[in-house]
Amino acid sequence: MPAVQETVERVKRIDVDQYRYGFETLIESDKAPKGLSEDTVKFISAKKNEPAWMLQWRLEAYRRWLTMQEPTWARVDYPKIDFQDLYYYAAPKPKKTVTSLDEIDPEILKTYEKLGIPLREVAMLEGVEPKVGEEDPAKRKIAVDAVFDSVSVATTFKAELKKAGVIFMPISEAIREHPELVQKYLGSVVPTSDNFYATLNSAVFSDGSFVYVPPGVRCPMELSTYFRINERNTGQFERTLIIADKGSYVSYLEGCTAPQRDENQLHAAVVELVAHDDAEIKYSTVQNWYPGNSEGKGGIYNFVTKRGDCRGNRSKISWTQVETGSAITWKYPSCILRGDNSSGEFYSIAISNGFQQVDSGTKMIHLGKNTSSRIISKGIAAGKSQNTYRGLVTAHRKATGARNFTACDSLLIGDKCGAHTVPYIEAKNSSATFEHEATTSKISEDVLFYCIQRGLSQEEAVGLVVNGFVKDVLQQLPMEFAVEAQKLISISLEGSVG
Amino acid sequence: MPLLEVKDLKVRVEEREILHGLTLTVNEGEVHAIMGPNGSGKSTLSHVIAGKPGYEVTDGQILFKGEDLLEMSPDERAAKGVFLAFQYPVEIPGVATMTFLRTALNAQRKARGESEYSTPDFLKKVREVSKSLNIPQDMLKRGVNVGFSGGEKKRNEVLQMALFEPSLCILDEMDSGLDIDALRIAADGVNALRSPKRAMVVITHYQRLLNYIVPDVVHVMSKGRVVKSGGKDLALELEASGYAQFEDAA
Repeated sequence: MPAVQETVERVKRIDVDQYRYGFETLIESDKAPKGLSEDTVKFISAKKNEPAWMLQWRLEAYRRWLTMQEPTWARVDYPKIDFQDLYYYAAPKPKKTVTSLDEIDPEILKTYEKLGIPLREVAMLEGVEPKVGEEDPAKRKIAVDAVFDSVSVATTFKAELKKAGVIFMPISEAIREHPELVQKYLGSVVPTSDNFYATLNSAVFSDGSFVYVPPGVRCPMELSTYFRINERNTGQFERTLIIADKGSYVSYLEGCTAPQRDENQLHAAVVELVAHDDAEIKYSTVQNWYPGNSEGKGGIYNFVTKRGDCRGNRSKISWTQVETGSAITWKYPSCILRGDNSSGEFYSIAISNGFQQVDSGTKMIHLGKNTSSRIISKGIAAGKSQNTYRGLVTAHRKATGARNFTACDSLLIGDKCGAHTVPYIEAKNSSATFEHEATTSKISEDVLFYCIQRGLSQEEAVGLVVNGFVKDVLQQLPMEFAVEAQKLISISLEGSVG
Repeated sequence: MPLLEVKDLKVRVEEREILHGLTLTVNEGEVHAIMGPNGSGKSTLSHVIAGKPGYEVTDGQILFKGEDLLEMSPDERAAKGVFLAFQYPVEIPGVATMTFLRTALNAQRKARGESEYSTPDFLKKVREVSKSLNIPQDMLKRGVNVGFSGGEKKRNEVLQMALFEPSLCILDEMDSGLDIDALRIAADGVNALRSPKRAMVVITHYQRLLNYIVPDVVHVMSKGRVVKSGGKDLALELEASGYAQFEDAA
């Protein structure tokens, strides 16, 4: 049997067991009544003890949302979502304020332990194997914010960050403690009227992370947030806001998992980044929401709006994403290159298997002078999945000297999947230089056989070839996460080769 | 017990029979050359021994150290000591040669229940072997065979042979695409690996390669069978008279 045929056969036997994060945590939770109305919005706002301006902001978004239509232009196909059949808020009980880890439900702590996420303040790097010829990675500290369903349950290393002047806390706390910052920046990159899902998020978002790095400060550690959806029929709507003030630097990573369930769950997040003069934000995502089972049943609908505003001159925003989960992914982390000489980057690995549908890419909007952007996208489709890259590169009339380089590569495993590339390129300025390269290839039987003849199993061979294919992007991740991502890539493809 | 016994092997590719009952016995320490015109089934034989998908064995058997090779997956065969040096080694972009060598070596060792090499031990071994083959260290940092010249690709095959220490090496058209100097370097590498514990099967069109790798036994293949076997002089005889004389014998 030819290797590819074998791959296809094995895809048919793909089993959900390979999703390692599919367990459920049994805890009591405090939920808003099912369905969405002004009362739901008020309920959430009251739960969070929000000031009146915040409630007003939410209600305006909600009223706006009522007038909007779900977008249909993406290459994804799913039954209509009944927005009245969802819970919009779920918080683990007890609801009293948690001040230390000891007060958190031990079941939740166990959940994060199972996920391999340290909420205890320990170095995260044990077990990271250095690559051939490399030194051990420096044992760096990583501050973690953990969001369980609708609320943030723990944030580590708060004190140490505070010393550096960095604010890293759940956004619900920031609304109360730093209202001037939140009011100034929230919705300034993704306005409440931006799109159907972002507007919905604005009305009902429950928690997420808030980061502010003051001028000239280099954030002393990696910041990260782990999102976990646990409750049944619950949408997760987190909101993240990161502000890098003049000359500062911050690197941030988010990770996501959810239990296996037969029904689909909705996840509609908004992430806003603001980089002032000479500031740099590096934002990395390892998205591993439950992708659904072998028949395409269940899985997360992931409709996410992520946008960074290079507001200051010489500012820089870099997105790196490793997307392996979700039944449907609809996500275009973008950069608005407003400041002169600002730059944006988008590095993406999107893997789809089983019945997953991915429509993802980026927008690079060149507004300032001499701005530059770079897009490296690697799509891998296996099983019966569909994998689309959709990207927009545009140069405004006044954006003299805009430069973009785009490379989109797609790799197909088997013959029942699809890879699509949809680039939109607009230059309203004759001095713009835009380059676009795209390739699509099938994983070669000869290459697989070569590896197998040298002793690798079929599965190891596919993992090795795919890891080689995505290497340019993996190199962009912080080293400790690159190792994690590399393993995740192999796991995601397990179903595709047996 | 012979190292390799191919008995009355019949092989089809997409309904067409390519090998019509081939028999071959190779003992430890021997170097066999298999010669024959295009389409005689030489490469098919090497692929079937290594376990390449796409071939259907309809009859006969292959024993390796007395075990049924056809029952094993290609990676199991590799771990048991079967090595095929490819006529056209493939390129694997983004995978550093060093990473590939280490992954493959450790996969084989793991399959045999041996411990994996530590990083320093592995590096030491690779350095020794690559030095003897005149392979510069920076070549090992590049993607597997990516941008390698024909000679470099073949030397990379010999490097792997030396690292993995297989008991059976099959060299498929090793001379194709090589100039005389590159051929000499690769052949020297192969000769250094000759040992009483290891056998080699050298597949080639031309006698030229056998000036560098001198065989103990020469087989002539035609139309899917071995039609004549003899000593190394048989190769010279073929060079003078051509393959046509065997067309009828087949």
